[in-house]
Amino acid sequence: MALKLLSKLRHQNLQITRDRNHHRLLAATTLFYDRPVLNLSTTDDSKLIMKNKPQTTTSSLKQHELAKFAAISDTWWDSEGPFKPLHVMNPTRIAFIRSTLCRHFSKDPNCARPFEGLKIVDVGCGGGILSEPLARMGAAVTGVDAVEKNINVARLHADLDPETSTIEYCCTTAEKLVEEQRKFDAVIALEVIEHVAAPAEFCKSLAALAYPGGATVLSTINRSMKAYATAIVAAEYLLHWLPKGTHQWSSFLTPEELVLILQRASINVKEMAGFVYSPLTGRWSLSDDISVNFIAFGTKDGQ
Amino acid sequence: MNRVIARKVVPTYHQIFKLSRKQFCSDEAAKSSAAAASSQFNQQESDANLSLTGNVQPYDIAIVGGGMVGMALACSLATTPLTKHLRVAIIDSSPALANKPCIKREDPPDPRVSTVTPATISFFKDTGAWQYVQQHRHAYFDKMQVWDYTSLGYTKYDARDVDKEVLGCVVENKVLHSSLLSRIEDTDFQKTIYHSRLTSMSLNPSSSSIVVDSTAPTEASYARGSLAKLGLSDGNSLYAKLVVGSDGGKSQVRELAGFKTTGWKYSQNAVICTVEHSVENYCAWQRFLPAGPIALLPIGDKFSNIVWTMNPEESSDFKSVKEDDFVKAVNHALDYGYGGHPKSSLPGSAGMFSWLRGNVTISANESFEIPPKVVKLASERMAFPLSLMHANEYASKRVVLIGDAAHTVHPLAGQGVNLGFGDAFALSRIIAEGIAVGMDIGEVSLLKKYEAERKLANMTMMAILDGFQKAYSIDFGPLNILRAAAFHGAHFISPLKRSIISFDPHGMISAGLSKSKHEVTDKLTDQTSDQESNTRISSTSVLSFYN
Repeated sequence: MALKLLSKLRHQNLQITRDRNHHRLLAATTLFYDRPVLNLSTTDDSKLIMKNKPQTTTSSLKQHELAKFAAISDTWWDSEGPFKPLHVMNPTRIAFIRSTLCRHFSKDPNCARPFEGLKIVDVGCGGGILSEPLARMGAAVTGVDAVEKNINVARLHADLDPETSTIEYCCTTAEKLVEEQRKFDAVIALEVIEHVAAPAEFCKSLAALAYPGGATVLSTINRSMKAYATAIVAAEYLLHWLPKGTHQWSSFLTPEELVLILQRASINVKEMAGFVYSPLTGRWSLSDDISVNFIAFGTKDGQ
Repeated sequence: MNRVIARKVVPTYHQIFKLSRKQFCSDEAAKSSAAAASSQFNQQESDANLSLTGNVQPYDIAIVGGGMVGMALACSLATTPLTKHLRVAIIDSSPALANKPCIKREDPPDPRVSTVTPATISFFKDTGAWQYVQQHRHAYFDKMQVWDYTSLGYTKYDARDVDKEVLGCVVENKVLHSSLLSRIEDTDFQKTIYHSRLTSMSLNPSSSSIVVDSTAPTEASYARGSLAKLGLSDGNSLYAKLVVGSDGGKSQVRELAGFKTTGWKYSQNAVICTVEHSVENYCAWQRFLPAGPIALLPIGDKFSNIVWTMNPEESSDFKSVKEDDFVKAVNHALDYGYGGHPKSSLPGSAGMFSWLRGNVTISANESFEIPPKVVKLASERMAFPLSLMHANEYASKRVVLIGDAAHTVHPLAGQGVNLGFGDAFALSRIIAEGIAVGMDIGEVSLLKKYEAERKLANMTMMAILDGFQKAYSIDFGPLNILRAAAFHGAHFISPLKRSIISFDPHGMISAGLSKSKHEVTDKLTDQTSDQESNTRISSTSVLSFYN
C-alpha cells in the first residue's frame, strides 16, 4: 500500500514539459472551436496562458489544468454546457455535505439555513456552483480558485441573488490562504484533488485552513478500471459529457490513498460515500459503491 | 392598524409604493386596497427589508391564481419547515381572496363541490387544513353503486373492500378553499395578496431594452435573467424567482410562457346543482345514460349534488325548465328512465367466477338499491362544457404549471381537483428538496423533476378518463354488451375489483358494471383476463364535478 502510494506521489511530481503542456491546450482549443459558446474565448486563450504562467508558482497546482478550465469558464452556469455533469451531480454531493456537517456541528437539518454561523471555504470553487448553494444554506462562504476567469464568472453570477452576493471570492490558492492564516469551520474541495500536482501537500494546506475540530470534505474519482471506463472513456469520449482530457486516470487517487494522505495531514476520515449514476433516471445518488466517484468527510484533530 | 404609510422607496424607481400595513381580510382593508393606486403589501414582517435595501424586494414565489390548487400549494409551503420562510405573492382578482367568505352551516350547499380522495384527505391532514374542513359541512361516503341504463348489471363498492374507512369525501369548493386559507393564517407565513390580474410576464428581457441601474439590484437581477417580472392589470409589477401558474384551464401564465397544449372538446356539457332529499343520503350513486352519466353525491344533511353529463342542447333545456320538471327528470334518470333496474346478481353468474374469487368482497353480496328520491332543488343550475387539455410542458426556467393550468380532464370522477392537489403537494415537496440542497428554486433542472413526476400520474388518469368517455359515447348494441361483460368481471373478481378501486396513486375510486346475461358472459369468460386493461379503463366512475 505504502509503496504504491509512494510511486504514485513520485509520478505526480514529474515535471510536465512545456511542449506537452502547450500541445494539450491546443488540442483543447481546437476541440471547442466549433462550439458557439466558446468562440469568444478561443482568442482569449493565448492571452490567458500568458497571464497564468507567471501566476502559478505554487507547488500543488498544475499549470495546464488551469488553462484547461480557463478555456471553458464562460460556460460554468450553462447547465447544458461542458459542466453539465457537475450540475447534475451537485444536489447529491450537497446532500452528503448537508447531512455530515449538520451532524458534526449539531445543526437542525430541517431548517432552510442550517449552516448559519459557519465559515466555509470552497477550494477550487470554479464558477461557484457549490459556493452558491452553501451560501443559500446560511454559510459564510469564501470561494477560492486559481483561475481568475472562474472567479470573475463566479462573482458576476453570485451578485444576481442577494442570498449569494455575500460570498467572498478570491483568485488565490489554498496555500496562500494558509500563509494569510485564514481559518474556517469547514474546508471543502470537491473534484479538485485529481487536478493538483501534489495531493499530499494540498491536503496539508486544507488541514491548515480548518480550525481544530473543524470539518473537511473532499470528493474525487477512484483510480479503478471502472473509473477509467466510465469517467474517461464513457464520459469524455463516448458521451462527450466532459471535454476530452478533463481527467487523467493516473492522477486519480484511490479511497485508501486519500484516507492515508489525509491522515498524515491530521484529518481523520469519518464517513465516505460513493456516487452512482442511473442512466434510466439520469440522476446521481449516494451509495456504498466507491468504485468511481466518491466523497469523504473528515474532522481535524485537536478537539 | 390600517394606516397607510406612503413613502418614497427608491427615488430612481418608476413608482412610489404605498405600503399599507393591514390584515388582508378586514373590510377596511378591502376598501383601502381599492383606493391604493400602486403596489400593496400585506406585510407581516417584510417592510423593514424594503426600507433597508432601498429597493423592491423580489419574491421567492409568485402564485398566479389563488384558487383551491394555488392555495393548497401556499398552504403546503407554509407548513413545511424547509419552505415556510419563503416570501410568496398570490395574484388573484377573485373576491374569495379579498373577503373571506363567511360560511354558515344553515346555508344550502353550493353546487360547486369536489370529491376528495383518501390521498387528498391525507395531504390536507398533513398540512393541518383538514381540521378546518371538518368544522364545515362535509360528507364521507363509504359505498357507491354504479349501474347502466341498459339494465344489464350493476356494481356496488364498499370502502371495506380495500380496507379503508371511506371511499372519499364530498366537500364544497368554498369550504376547501377557506380551510386552506385559514390554515395559512395560523402560520406566520409571509404572503402578499395582489387583488389583480396578470397581464404580462417576462423572463428573458432583451439586453438592449434594459438599462441596468446599479442602485436597483432587483432590476439588475431581472435583467440578467435571475428573476421573472410580472405585470399586473392595476399597473403594478413584481419580481419573483419562480412563477407558479395555478390559474385554471385558460391559464394566462401558460399562454405567456408559450407552453403548447394538446386537447379536444367533448360535445358534452355537465349540468350541476344541489338537491334535497327527504332522507339523508350516505352513498355515491352513478348511472350511465345514453348521453352520459348522471351522478348523485351526498354532501351531508339531506343534500346531494348532481352532476349530469349530456349533450349541449339538452343541457340548455335542463338548465331552463321549471324546477318541478327538472326534479322529475332527475328522479326519472336515477330510476326507470331509459331502461329498467338491473336484476340482483344471479347465483349462476357469480358462481361462474368462483374459481377466481380468493375471498369474496363484501359488496359482491349486496343487492341493487334505488337511490333516494330528490324532493326539491336547493341551488341554481349551472352548465359547463367538457374538454380535455394537456400542456406539453409543465415547466421551464422560472415558470411551472399546476392543476387545471397544466391539465383539464373530463370531469368524470372528480379527478381534476385531486390531480391538481397532487401537483401542488408534489411541487411543494420538490421545492423543499431544492432548498435542502441550496438550489435556486427557479432552476429548470429542479422544476423538470416535478414535471416528470406529475406528467406520468396525470397522463395516466387522463387516458383512463378519456378512454372511458369514448367507451360511453357510443350507443351501439354489441359494444354495450362487450362493455357490460368487462364490467361484470369487475364486480365479481375480488382482486380485480381491489386493483380498480385502489388503482391510481391518489386512490382513485372506481367501479364497474356487471351484467347478468349468462350466454354472453359464458362466451366472454375466457377473455376476461385479456380485458382486464379494458375494464380498468372503462370502469372509472363518475364521482363529482369540480369547478
